[in-house]
Amino acid sequence: MRAEVLVPFRAAGFSPRHHAWSGVATLALVILAWQGGSATGLIPDLFLPSPLAVARALWRLTLSGELRTNLLASVLRLAVGWTLGTMIGISVGIAVGIFTLARSPVLALVSALFPIPKIALVPLFIIWFGIGEGSKFATLAIGVFFPTVISTYSGIDNVQRNLVMMGQSFNLSTWSIVRKIMLPGALPSVLAGFRITISVAIILLVAAEMIGADSGIGAFILAAGNLYRTDDLIAGVVILSLLGLSLSAILTRIERAAFSWR
Amino acid sequence: MSSGSSTSLKLEHVSHHFGSNFVLDDISLDIAPGEVVALVGPSGCGKSTLLNIFGGLLQPTKGHVLMHGEPRSDCLNPLTYVFQDFALLPWRTVAGNISLGLEGKMRDEDARRERIGEMLRLTGLADFANAYPKQLSGGMRQRVGIARALAVRPACLFMDEPLSALDAQTRTLLLEEFAMLIARAAITTVYVTHNLNEALRLAHRIVVLSRRPGRIKAIVGIDLPIEARREGDPDLVVAEKRLWSMIRDEASAADRELDDAR
Ligand SMILES: Nc1ncnc2c1ncn2[C@@H]1O[C@H](COP(=O)(O)OP(=O)(O)O)[C@@H](O)[C@H]1O
Ligand SMILES: [Mg+2]
Repeated sequence: MRAEVLVPFRAAGFSPRHHAWSGVATLALVILAWQGGSATGLIPDLFLPSPLAVARALWRLTLSGELRTNLLASVLRLAVGWTLGTMIGISVGIAVGIFTLARSPVLALVSALFPIPKIALVPLFIIWFGIGEGSKFATLAIGVFFPTVISTYSGIDNVQRNLVMMGQSFNLSTWSIVRKIMLPGALPSVLAGFRITISVAIILLVAAEMIGADSGIGAFILAAGNLYRTDDLIAGVVILSLLGLSLSAILTRIERAAFSWR
Repeated sequence: MSSGSSTSLKLEHVSHHFGSNFVLDDISLDIAPGEVVALVGPSGCGKSTLLNIFGGLLQPTKGHVLMHGEPRSDCLNPLTYVFQDFALLPWRTVAGNISLGLEGKMRDEDARRERIGEMLRLTGLADFANAYPKQLSGGMRQRVGIARALAVRPACLFMDEPLSALDAQTRTLLLEEFAMLIARAAITTVYVTHNLNEALRLAHRIVVLSRRPGRIKAIVGIDLPIEARREGDPDLVVAEKRLWSMIRDEASAADRELDDAR
């Protein structure tokens, strides 16, 4: 017999925890290092302007009202285009999730059209919907539409069949089953889809504004690049990042409120 | 709850196939108004299938079900189920789940609230009205299941192994409660179980099914009133011995069977 040995604890790890402060600290550190690189001349100014220069540019653009005008134009396009694509996408997704008649035809179309980079279609949309807002809305809406259809119908597919049967056993109408069982059950998947479609929408927004617009953050970034005003260019990029961050924060709020039951 | 159900059920030559899987073979059975019938048989013999056929949740390959007798005027859903896996909506509170079967049928909001309150008290859930299913134990969840079912004042109640997902202690406790609830409500009831103890506790008649394809092997009536049954009652012990000797061979043979659907 051997002497007693202590049984070691072997189940450590594989459970990363979340610390908000370490995330913020990382960002701050990167910006600080960047500023240091710029101040010491390690990073040439034309190559990449210093954080301070970007901050100054942001301040200047805020005072001149340029930021406001462009941001407003972009947010409007984002709101209209995304909402349009989302509403149509959810409706079509529900139909695919419920009706045999819609399922195969729509899924065939979705599979065929989803992989097309929508940016390639922007010139076509300009011909169809005009150089004005119409083509921007259409680009965003179509980009948002396909992922929304997919997240909605797969959410509905994953609603447990026994819950649907329960609804039928209580003689609920088809519409009640959709509204009270299918949709709430599909909501987590639909909201997860929102995360994807929001970033898709921002990408398409910038692309569409670069191809044919004289206002908006995308147009502003393009103009700054053409003039080698890299501080303005980075300022525009920072705005896009902040836009994405705030939308994602709003979504997190909505998710928390909607899924208190989990 | 008063007076009880005046609805009878009649299975006429019901057979069912799932593809090439022959599940039920020519089953005919009459159930009298207010009678509680337990369906017992080895796992996989088609008990759930038969129960779903009873209440119109499954179309049998052959045969049909007849319902006789006008349901009472306050009956909101004549054929009502209690499910083995509870089938509660996780995003609704206990009160919200009970409300589901009343919505659209009981327009008066006050009456609905009153009915929900009555059911909560009846099933010992009064303190849990605003809890979500996730917060409840299995026993509490199934109490919600029966409260939801009784709330609609059903003419016929179908229960598919309502206690099978629960641990042994909870099952014993809940069996007593269910036996009393069912006896008092006097609703025409079909109760599926693979547990002889449950069948003996709350059924007027016990229908024994053979292994797949399910046929009626025997019907055993138990005259002792449900309210008067006690553990270890000589009549019940005799009946249990008889039933067990019938089921044992079937169960062990069924256990060795391959099931292509599983
Ligand atoms: N929806 C279904 N599709 C195909 N086969 C099924 C389905 N439901 C049940 N079965 C098969 O029918 C047989 C009887 O099942 P079931 O009625 O659930 O038995 P029990 O409830 O007595 O355990 C089993 O072989 C099962 O695999
Ligand atoms: Mg079963």
